[in-house]
Amino acid sequence: MTDFAHRQSAHCESGVVANMVSHGGLAMNEPMAFGLSSALTFAYMPMIKMAGMPLIAYRMPPGHIIKGVAKQLGMSWKRQTYRDPAAGKAALDTQLDKGRAVGLQTCVYWLPYFPEDMRFHFNAHNLVVFGRDGDDYLISDPIFEQTVRCDSASLQKARFAKGAMAAKGMMYYPEGTPGEIDYATAVPKAVRMNRRIMVGAPLPIIGVKGIRFLGKNIAKVAAGADAETKLPQYLGHIVRMQEEIGTGGAGFRFLYASFLQESGKILGNDRLKEASAALTDAGDEWRRFALVATKMARKRQKLDVKELDAILNRIADKELAMWQGLKGI
Amino acid sequence: MKKDEVPQETARTYGGTKKLLYAVDDSGEYTEVNSAGWEPETFATVQAVDELNRLRDEAYRDARAGKVSPLVYWMYQRRMEPATLAATTGLWAWRVNRHFQPSVFAGLSHRILARYAEVMDIPLEQLRTLPDAP
Repeated sequence: MTDFAHRQSAHCESGVVANMVSHGGLAMNEPMAFGLSSALTFAYMPMIKMAGMPLIAYRMPPGHIIKGVAKQLGMSWKRQTYRDPAAGKAALDTQLDKGRAVGLQTCVYWLPYFPEDMRFHFNAHNLVVFGRDGDDYLISDPIFEQTVRCDSASLQKARFAKGAMAAKGMMYYPEGTPGEIDYATAVPKAVRMNRRIMVGAPLPIIGVKGIRFLGKNIAKVAAGADAETKLPQYLGHIVRMQEEIGTGGAGFRFLYASFLQESGKILGNDRLKEASAALTDAGDEWRRFALVATKMARKRQKLDVKELDAILNRIADKELAMWQGLKGI
Repeated sequence: MKKDEVPQETARTYGGTKKLLYAVDDSGEYTEVNSAGWEPETFATVQAVDELNRLRDEAYRDARAGKVSPLVYWMYQRRMEPATLAATTGLWAWRVNRHFQPSVFAGLSHRILARYAEVMDIPLEQLRTLPDAP
């Protein structure tokens, strides 16, 4: 068993990356992993359905943080998938026997240590395995406060579940970590890239424009014939995407604001600190949206689509101003 | 969000665990704070779980009445829906849909049934049956 320092995090991928890079000798916290990989976004994706509802993403797709951090730090990951589940298990055991902690991509539904109500078929959950004890694997799952255990049969199911974003047994670990981070180069580069995602995307469904698009779309659903049943489900779905496990609150806005603040301190850059405060403010508005939207869905407040649209436009205005303030950083 | 505003509205969906949020302290410094839950989030999760349970119970009644095959019940019992079942088995969605008809399902080959059994982690024979209660 390796001595792996478990730290709880808000989001699985940024948590696994920060913990594994730190384990490799380069101290890094979760917000830094998230920020350096330019992982913040907003995307309204009607073509990708989740249980019949459009995908609404507040962060870049799975794998983005793993790849992004490596690129910024000039390090690489050994990443491997397996066609044969037995070979995947053997490879995991070999690495553990060597004393190496490894990252795995898994499906949440098959992990028995997840609370019952959180078990859904989501194939891109990341965790670290750091040892074995009898038939159990010892796991540092960054979503949880403490390390957990998982029996080998369940872990096999979770690693080799098929379907959308199937993990195919994906296992990864860093091939050496650099001794230090050149923040003065990496931070501005990462922020510029994230600014392009949020304000420069040519599609109306991505970035700041996408937030406004969502407001219009809610009005569209509300005008539909089956709005009575569909709208409460839709509002609940949006809130779920925004707040459920792994976002750090307000659709990753607080997580990214924390990165901006820390970077501002390290580099002595007031613009980054101001942007952090502005994004916190936008995050608070996202939380207000969740509160009002669920009150309306539960009929505890009169349904007013215009009010929801107004809140989303206010969020878009705040985020736009914040990114404009970081122009040319 | 201020540190002292981080909600602690114990969520049954967390199963006794706490999640990590980022919030600012009095001097505006970001810090990690644990949260036991927040009402709007709990509502959203419970709503999604309830909807799948409703579909499961409906499928159970329909399967008992012979209107749909037991496959529909097991699908929702495993928190899947037609799209997920098609994606995990690698079968075309229209084929999966056809298998929801009791007559078509009854004639399914061992090979196809084994694919359903595998992705849902249910013994093959059990797929043809219904439990005493949903």
